[in-house]
Amino acid sequence: MAKKQNPIWGWHKKVLEQNSLVLTVGVLAVVSIGGLVEIAPLFYLDETIEEVEGVRPYSPLALMGRDIYIREGCYNCHSQMVRPLRDEVERYGHYSLAAESMYDHPFQWGSKRTGPDLARVGNKYSDEWHRDHMRDPRSVVPESIMPPYAFLETTRLETEVVEGRLRALRRLGVPYTDEMIENAEADLEAQLDPFSASYDAFLARYPGAPVRDFDGNPEMISELDALIAYLQVLGTMVDFSTYEADADENLR
Amino acid sequence: MTALAGRPKTGLDANAMIVGGILLLGALWSLFAAASGADANMRLHAWVIGAGFVLGLFGMVGVYSNGGVERDPAQYNETIVKYGVIASMFWAIAGLLVGVIIACQLAWPALLSWDALPQLNFGRLRPVHTSAVIFAFGGNVLIATSFYVVQRTTRARLAGGVWPWFVFWGYQLFIVVAATGYLLGITQSKEYAEPEWYADLWLTIVWVAYLLVFLGTLAKRKEPHIYVANWFYLAFIVTIALLHVVNNLAMPVSFLGSRSYAAFSGVQDALTQWWYGHNAVGFFLTAGFLAIMYYFIPKRAERPVYSYRLSIIHFWALIFIYIWAGPHHLHYTALPEWAQTLGMTFSIMLWMPSWGGMINGLMTLSGAWDKLRTDPVIRMLVVSVAFYGMSTFEGPVMSVRAVNSLSHYTDWTIGHVHSGALGWVGFISFGAIYCLVPWLWKRKGMFSRALIEWHFWIATLGILLYITSMWVSGIMQGLMWRSYDSLGFLEYSFVQTVEAMHPSYIIRALGGLMYLTGALLMAWNVYKTIKGDVADTEDAVNPQSAAIQPAE
Repeated sequence: MAKKQNPIWGWHKKVLEQNSLVLTVGVLAVVSIGGLVEIAPLFYLDETIEEVEGVRPYSPLALMGRDIYIREGCYNCHSQMVRPLRDEVERYGHYSLAAESMYDHPFQWGSKRTGPDLARVGNKYSDEWHRDHMRDPRSVVPESIMPPYAFLETTRLETEVVEGRLRALRRLGVPYTDEMIENAEADLEAQLDPFSASYDAFLARYPGAPVRDFDGNPEMISELDALIAYLQVLGTMVDFSTYEADADENLR
Repeated sequence: MTALAGRPKTGLDANAMIVGGILLLGALWSLFAAASGADANMRLHAWVIGAGFVLGLFGMVGVYSNGGVERDPAQYNETIVKYGVIASMFWAIAGLLVGVIIACQLAWPALLSWDALPQLNFGRLRPVHTSAVIFAFGGNVLIATSFYVVQRTTRARLAGGVWPWFVFWGYQLFIVVAATGYLLGITQSKEYAEPEWYADLWLTIVWVAYLLVFLGTLAKRKEPHIYVANWFYLAFIVTIALLHVVNNLAMPVSFLGSRSYAAFSGVQDALTQWWYGHNAVGFFLTAGFLAIMYYFIPKRAERPVYSYRLSIIHFWALIFIYIWAGPHHLHYTALPEWAQTLGMTFSIMLWMPSWGGMINGLMTLSGAWDKLRTDPVIRMLVVSVAFYGMSTFEGPVMSVRAVNSLSHYTDWTIGHVHSGALGWVGFISFGAIYCLVPWLWKRKGMFSRALIEWHFWIATLGILLYITSMWVSGIMQGLMWRSYDSLGFLEYSFVQTVEAMHPSYIIRALGGLMYLTGALLMAWNVYKTIKGDVADTEDAVNPQSAAIQPAE
């Protein structure tokens, strides 16, 4: 006595297994659903990103530093995402907000902490410490397993590319103004010199940006200048005194 | 080459013109980029890329002055699979070697970092390792086996004339461009999607060609039904295309420059990246290699696939559910909690279709379990499926938010990845290559069965050292981070946890070295087999004719 077969098996055998295009379209349809449901809403749900004050686009020097951070693969060992867990908040500072990486193309949250989280490393160590640390990490942290980056302070920063980079980011929606783009290269230099004529104009464009010679060598704009400028601004933009975690618009 | 002279060839056809045109355009672009690239890295990298295109053009001229590529419809295209097997072996050694080097860098950082050579720092080498093992080794295994399997299971010669060759060489060029780019510091910083926009664009072209060759061969098939392995290959090719294109959307700073910025930012970019990242695991490293399982295990064991219905259910369930699992990489981050919860839920559900595949693979051995004892290749394939089962159980456990709060950011993740990569992907690939080499080169078996045994045992012990050391270092570090002393202060500084992991890092490097040693034994074995030194071998395989058998 043959049992009655569920028609789904026959349908699979007759239709899907005999038409490669139907199978292809079927696969494409099935694999599209999850991504659409999970990712698409992030672009239009307002509460995805908190409302905070202080987050602004990176200054040209910090942006170049960020590109060096990416170039050297720092994200392979350092996260930039403090989780809302007691030990992390005590170790690194306030947990990270979505708003803090809203201008990060791409994000640098990372996936591994071979070294510590860097989301709030800004202002935590002096420029001198960073210099020594980049030259030879084990000179300041004997147990460190980080490679040395001594070449950064002797390598000239490719400053002429910065304007194009700001422009590309603006095309993606980062609010760089015409003025910021026109002055990109000048602003890069202004951030290294607290006595420059454009000091006020620079700070008006990039409020709160640290202005000083980061690598201790005013003779040359080095890659180390840029990298330290980036590290020193990480996690310092949001004014947490005005941030209300329990406000309706910030509950996610 | 006289033996081949009589075989029909394509001549200079339209396909050759299109491929030649693509190569010419690539060479021209490289020329411009080398001469007036927007940044120093671009001007340097363009030489490497240009050299690839020029070599391709030379190759085309060589082949077409000899009448073109072979097109005998009565024969399978086995030559391209041979190339794929050799490329797989080469990239396996390269990728594993870089892995051992960077493992040693973490164990002995002062000895293995050089001020004068930033190209060889961990941060630049780590993507070289991951891309070399996943995309270069894994990708070549997938392309080679898919070209083999799709021909055999459709009883049709590979479609597209020169296009399969374009896919093969174009893919090698992508790998070289990607890896040299990382050394120069050219990276998007998106994990497993590091290559910059021009490499991504090139891979897109190659991948579309791959899909068309695969579909074209399916369309030519003499079998009415599409075999289950091909469903998995197809899902792998189609979904990787989708993931690759969406995750790599970017704005180049200049069309002659090496830098671009990702189209999305922050939280949206993070989820797009891990939607990609997790499904690179799901579709590249799982679906693709399940296809290998579905062909090579039944073939080697000479047993039918255990359950047809199980294969249908777990195929559709696997590809539907996998896509949702990405957010488990972002627990407790600034990603909205609803998305995290969805990701966790689907990750746990994923356990079932994953084990559906494992059961279907293992139970195929029904009635042939004795081969586990006598045939080291079967043993390798079966242990591979066992590792698949283990890591697809561990994965859902780690996706639970509470577990993840401990495991995330630690070496536990690294260990988990490697039990899947070394155990599942590596072993199923090695097993398939051990089957393919005698089949393709028409040898009675591999040169030495004893060497296969050695490979199996050294590599298995290596994996065990690797994953246990990473469990220890990962769980230990996670616990140390959250440990408080009696006064309510954090007990350990970060660097104390780094110091504590040093012994684990040495054991891990040793495990990796053993795995590499196994692969070197294999390379020697493959070389001797191809050379034809198989007179005394105990290994015996069923010969596979290159002629396409007429339909029954």
